[in-house]
Amino acid sequence: MSEIVDILISASFWAAVIRIASPLILATMGELICERAGVLNLGIEGIMVIGAFTGWMAVYQGMPLWGGVAVAMGAGMLFGLLHSTLTVPFGLSQHVVGLGVTLFATASASFTYRLMLPEVTSPPKIEPFQPLDIPVLSDLPWLGEAIFQQTALTWAAFAVALVVAWTLYRTPLGLAVRAVGENPAAVEAQGLSVTGLRMGAVIVGSGLMAVGGAFLTLSAFSSFFFEMVNGRGWVCIALVVFGAWKPGKAVLGAILFAAFDALQIRLQQTELGAVLPYQLFLALPFILSILALILMSRRAEVPAALMVPYNKGER
Amino acid sequence: MRLEPIANPTSARRIGLPALALVATLAVAMLLALVAGANPLAVLSQIATGALGSKLAILETLNRATPLIFTGLAVAVAFRAKLWNIGAEAQLYAGAIMAVVLGTGALASPWVLPVSALAAMLAGAALLLGPVLLKTRLGVDEVVTTLLLNFIMLLLVSYLLEGPMKDPMGMGWPKSTPLIPEARLPRIVEGLRLHWGFALAILSAVVVWVIQTRTTLGFEIRAVGQNPEAARFAGMPVNGVLVKTALLSGGLAALAGWSEVAGLKGHLSSDLSPGFGYTGIIVAMLALLHPLGVVVTAIFVAGIFVGSDAMSRAAGVPTYIADMLMATALLFMVLAILLTKVRVVRG
Repeated sequence: MSEIVDILISASFWAAVIRIASPLILATMGELICERAGVLNLGIEGIMVIGAFTGWMAVYQGMPLWGGVAVAMGAGMLFGLLHSTLTVPFGLSQHVVGLGVTLFATASASFTYRLMLPEVTSPPKIEPFQPLDIPVLSDLPWLGEAIFQQTALTWAAFAVALVVAWTLYRTPLGLAVRAVGENPAAVEAQGLSVTGLRMGAVIVGSGLMAVGGAFLTLSAFSSFFFEMVNGRGWVCIALVVFGAWKPGKAVLGAILFAAFDALQIRLQQTELGAVLPYQLFLALPFILSILALILMSRRAEVPAALMVPYNKGER
Repeated sequence: MRLEPIANPTSARRIGLPALALVATLAVAMLLALVAGANPLAVLSQIATGALGSKLAILETLNRATPLIFTGLAVAVAFRAKLWNIGAEAQLYAGAIMAVVLGTGALASPWVLPVSALAAMLAGAALLLGPVLLKTRLGVDEVVTTLLLNFIMLLLVSYLLEGPMKDPMGMGWPKSTPLIPEARLPRIVEGLRLHWGFALAILSAVVVWVIQTRTTLGFEIRAVGQNPEAARFAGMPVNGVLVKTALLSGGLAALAGWSEVAGLKGHLSSDLSPGFGYTGIIVAMLALLHPLGVVVTAIFVAGIFVGSDAMSRAAGVPTYIADMLMATALLFMVLAILLTKVRVVRG
């Protein structure tokens, strides 16, 4: 037990928690926007892969880091356009299309990677985002290391969460997006375009998912691997449910989840890790996600029109 | 734009549009070949020869199709009831594990094959039962739970291969102890590299087809899939039907792993399935969820993968072209199927 306490009070642990939470926050915000507008986006896993790949490749080809982030976002939005075209005006099954987009995006990343780097065996590295040195704050004892030595992309993740929360709850646009996920017919009656709002939400949301993926290559690691997203997208879908479709709660969920993830990595080094197989620790995030879904299942806070396509003039 | 249902779609529309989807996929294939700097027609013909050009190639394609028929059936059965089983990958491994548990000497009798097949089906069914009960009892979305289980299952396999099932003769390679000869599926024709798993897969497709078209359960599955409220109103035990569907679907997916271990590989390794569970979704959708169609599309999809491997070695176009084509085919096909039933009108 004392080992766990030691881990929990170490500054490096909390620094890791915030780092691990960042891509989850970005992608979870993306998924949350889609779902609040009434569209389940199962393309998330593949869109994160495409974001990780395109962002990294852009920087590898000589673009600045923020250029890489922009490229990733643009690529994500393109796949969002594909997803929303099929699911919104055509009203196709969001399950099938989402999985199709994930398969298509993942395959596109693998294909393009091999096409551009046919010979390499070990993935080339880029110079990733470095921790920002904030005057005074970064030098604080404990707190400085725990919180204030993160990269710009981490700060961006938290800023995005704030903007998403503010937009959803404090602007007419946010009201319209929330309404279109609850009662699209009423939105149509107001003279707003259900199709436009939903497609816009999916496209913007997919852009954020891709930036979440790009965090992995541009901030956390410095190369691209085929398996690097490794289920994080699916975890984010669970986090949206866990956060009851609310940005603030979803961020807390992501931090809680990241804390467990950071803890399991460190527990592997302890006596516990010597006794239990390491695969059990690695499975913990996925087991927790399922538990979170079960825990939150009784709450009826699902957007009423989630996964219900809207066809004008149909009653 | 809005969609308007077509009362009586012409047969030209019903056949022409899915055919068009396949043609469009071919066009994408040629485009990708061009992007890769290869001759598009040469790439297509190399894929075709790689898949069907020789006896060896055809057998390889049929071997690759075997697990895809099983996972394709698993998905087709489940999706028909709108039960979104995306966990065929995990259920496949559950079946593979049972093949090893019972096939490495624990059970040394002539019954080992049928017993381990049955155990595999039970394991796969049990694995899908959890998510389905969570769906029917608590309303937890089965897509996410079955997806997450795929990752948990792969870690379990990794643990088993490094621990209890580790092959002492494996030279550090993570694979299980090999199956005893009695637990191996024999080849259909001596000397030809094709095992009885393929025949079993086709038999399963026929059985599923019979269930779907000739039994009450098949009728109930379709009714629940089309309109669960109406089915409930008509007095159907909707949750019960979903559970039965899950048992069937999980069992079928498990047979994919079981037959790969017992028929093809003879041992379990963590690269047993290069995503057969996910590819099963494509196989099922291309077959319009028809069980007999699954056999055809599984062979087609397997051919694309086998052919792309061969083409990649010759033409230098990355073998991932196969994955791209399959995803493209899936998206084109769902759109084509929709457009057979509705037309797009302005306004």
